Amino acid sequence: MRTLDLIRFSFNTLLRHRLRTFLVAFSVAIGVTSVCLLTALGEGARRYVVTEFSSLGSHLLIVMSGRTETTGGMPPIYGTTPRDLTVEDSSRLHRVAGIKNIAPVIAGTSLIENSSSSISRSREVIVLGSTPAIFPIRGLTLGQGRQLPAMANTKATPLAVLGSKLKHELFGSQAAVGQWIRVDGRKFRVEGVLAERGQSLGLDLRDMVIIPVQSASQLFNTQALFRILIELDQYASEDKIKLDIIKLISEHHQGHNDITILSQDSILSSLNEVLSLLTVSVGMISAISLLVAGVLIMNISLITVSQHREEIGLLKALGASSNTIMALFVSQALWVAAMGAMFGVFLAYFILYVAGLLFPDFPIQAPIWAAPAAVSVAMSCGLIFSWWPSKQAALLAPVIALRG
Amino acid sequence: MITLTQICKTYAMGGETIKALDHVDLNIHKGDYISVMGTSGSGKSTLLNVIGLLDRPDSGQYFLQQKNVASLDDDTQAQIRRETIGFVFQTFHLIPRLTAFENIELPLILDKIPATERRSKVIKALKQMGLERYQSHRPNEMSGGQMQRVAIARAIVNEPNILLCDEPTGNLDSHSSADVIAVLEALNQQGITLLVVTHDAKLGKRATRSLWMDDGQILKDETQSGALISAHP
Repeated sequence: MRTLDLIRFSFNTLLRHRLRTFLVAFSVAIGVTSVCLLTALGEGARRYVVTEFSSLGSHLLIVMSGRTETTGGMPPIYGTTPRDLTVEDSSRLHRVAGIKNIAPVIAGTSLIENSSSSISRSREVIVLGSTPAIFPIRGLTLGQGRQLPAMANTKATPLAVLGSKLKHELFGSQAAVGQWIRVDGRKFRVEGVLAERGQSLGLDLRDMVIIPVQSASQLFNTQALFRILIELDQYASEDKIKLDIIKLISEHHQGHNDITILSQDSILSSLNEVLSLLTVSVGMISAISLLVAGVLIMNISLITVSQHREEIGLLKALGASSNTIMALFVSQALWVAAMGAMFGVFLAYFILYVAGLLFPDFPIQAPIWAAPAAVSVAMSCGLIFSWWPSKQAALLAPVIALRG
Repeated sequence: MITLTQICKTYAMGGETIKALDHVDLNIHKGDYISVMGTSGSGKSTLLNVIGLLDRPDSGQYFLQQKNVASLDDDTQAQIRRETIGFVFQTFHLIPRLTAFENIELPLILDKIPATERRSKVIKALKQMGLERYQSHRPNEMSGGQMQRVAIARAIVNEPNILLCDEPTGNLDSHSSADVIAVLEALNQQGITLLVVTHDAKLGKRATRSLWMDDGQILKDETQSGALISAHP
């Protein structure tokens, strides 16, 4: 039998049992849809994280105090405290070639009050002490006013930049720039307000205040930096700069390498890898539903063979080979799997389209491999699970099959 | 054309062994018109099934066109059926979802004949059976006689040498039966070897040669003129 005739004949047989065909195809569609949707969620999470990290700035190094290392002998009873990173350490790093911007960061939470309004409003938020360099490094843009002046690099000037939500909470619709706020009782003048922006990796950039690093040092009574953020020149060698930073800091830490340097790109790469793996895993778990659909295909194939024994006998009497009989039944299963898979892909993309309209901030999108993989698994299930029933049909003796 | 030598076939039925064919010897020549008659369970249909390669004998030799075919594998036997043998069954065995045209087309599809050639062959067969008007009809839209003529058209569309008919008029009224018999005899006159299994003595006597079977044996093998070819006690 020619392939085209085989396809036509099989399709004709399926049309005879429309409801049964639809139900089996629908079960395949559910499997394919679930694979596409779940991998889309995983891929959406991956894209979201990647986008968020990218928004922190590219070519970024994060220097932290302390270092995880393996040592010999008994573990120390009291442990060792790493030397803190200081603003001076941060200033020294300007000597390293290939660095574009450096922002030392002191972080803490404080009660912020609007001290210039007749209605006193207060709110406990995150306070970041840094330098003007934090704005280009974190990609922060201003909605109103100015960023911290250059003198904030070295002096504890009482100036602050507010997140947009914090501004709204403290000042409502009134202008905030030039007004005074109190941070843990200390007065700061509002220099600027950040432009509206969403959350970034759980840190609500709209609900925080940025003050000069020296001011934060006095406010929190600490010289210890939380982080040093470093933006590299576009063509700088990340590995070389890391070594230079370690060397420079070590020289001022009694020769100890007691810092950890994280690379934005390496974190991003690791997260990307983990989330991609998660997406594949979720896809594979959801593919179990396709196996269930495969069992249904096998069941229906067995029923079809049983119901069409007479027809099998006739075809054999007319000269159909065992392979032809087998191909007829396998192709029916493949038809059902293909129709179900196509419907499933269509349904999944429709749901994703609607989800995209409902949640525009979340980049939900099925990975490029999801639909082909789901369709391939569905077709494979159709092939594998129809094989045995089709083999049974092919092995029927014509004279017995003709009796029905 | 066909030579059966010491063909035996047994079936197990309810713990009992039934001899469906018991050392059957038979020669069939090209163009023969043979009827096979006998009571139910005498082995008529089994003989037809063995000759048509639908069933395998337990022992004995079967030569079809000088070729020992009994021991061939399933697919080779299927190929011989496709090319050499046509079947007409009592219950027509038409596929209900297919039209008359499509039912007749089936053997050609199985033989991988191209669509245009298939069409001309099917139309020729339809014309031969006087069924041109019914080519788009499904079996449930036709009478018994028409369905049997579709089945005959399907059996001859591949231009087989042998036509095996199992009770071809068993489900038909007398008018349709006469019609079908006339069609079959016309085909025999065109050179097709015709073997008809029947209960109908009238139909049986129309054949140029009649076999009488009982208990799996051919009791009598005689020509229309009354000449006895062979007889078993």
